[in-house]
Amino acid sequence: MAGPLEQFEIKPIVPLRIGELDLSFTNSSLFMLIAALGATVFLVASMSGRALVPTRWQSLAEIFYEVIANMIRDNVGSSGRPYFPFIFTLFIFVLFSNVIGMVPGGFTVTSHIIVTFGLAGLIFLGVTVIGIWRHGFKFLSLFFPHGAPWWTAFILIPVEVVSYLSRPVSLSVRLFANMTVGHVLLKVIAGFIALMGIFGVVPFIFLIPLTALEIGIAVLQAYIFTILSCVYLHDALHLH
Amino acid sequence: MEAEAAKFIGAGLAAIGMIGAGIGVGNVWASYITALARNPASKDEIGANIWIGFAVTEAIALFALIIGLISLFG
Repeated sequence: MAGPLEQFEIKPIVPLRIGELDLSFTNSSLFMLIAALGATVFLVASMSGRALVPTRWQSLAEIFYEVIANMIRDNVGSSGRPYFPFIFTLFIFVLFSNVIGMVPGGFTVTSHIIVTFGLAGLIFLGVTVIGIWRHGFKFLSLFFPHGAPWWTAFILIPVEVVSYLSRPVSLSVRLFANMTVGHVLLKVIAGFIALMGIFGVVPFIFLIPLTALEIGIAVLQAYIFTILSCVYLHDALHLH
Repeated sequence: MEAEAAKFIGAGLAAIGMIGAGIGVGNVWASYITALARNPASKDEIGANIWIGFAVTEAIALFALIIGLISLFG
């Protein structure tokens, strides 16, 4: 009988070693591929009709577009339009990865800190580079809020720098922790069903709304990841 | 003290950190209900933002949980 942590194991499907590097095609890579291909097929196929009055599938794709376009307009402003493809791709990838992990037998790609930290680290580096490119040395005024008394600078600037550097950590750990804890909880409750004999009906009934909650959290966490990336982009573009 | 016992005690201590997150999450909806009572017309506008507040506050609880899990299984 497997423990609750065995579902997160990475198993190589096509082993491939180049010198010291292990570049195998693993189950994690497979599900990233499934998420990317699934999203591509869904978006391309549903929009291929190009009806002016959308069909149901086309409505769904248009809803995704509108949610992200509104998010960028509200959180980044009009200067955020060039970043729309990236934010859209980010949202779709995290959303599809999270939801595919909820399918029975699916592997949750985002339940590994290396995956979420790769995404969050990339966003943090990109946003910082965008800020420095656009504002030069004035980018450092991000750490000293305008209008604060000069003598508070000694306390305020280190606090602001630490808070800025903690952004990729909090962004990645939030997604990783939500996904991991959700799946561990599902497995632990499911484990009680076999353990409790006839009273196993109680955990079984409890598991149904818990699974619904987990699907809700999967969608919500993808939305939160994206909207926080938009907020960080706004900070870099507009320096406050 | 053996390492095994220390692991369990550490996990228990880490879970105490969730008190703050519990208060915070309750705060989100408490202020939503108060704002809704003062101005029922703003329901949709504020309603979109409570989920962001919830997720960001819940993350703190999960940071505490991760420390507990690391001390138990790491």
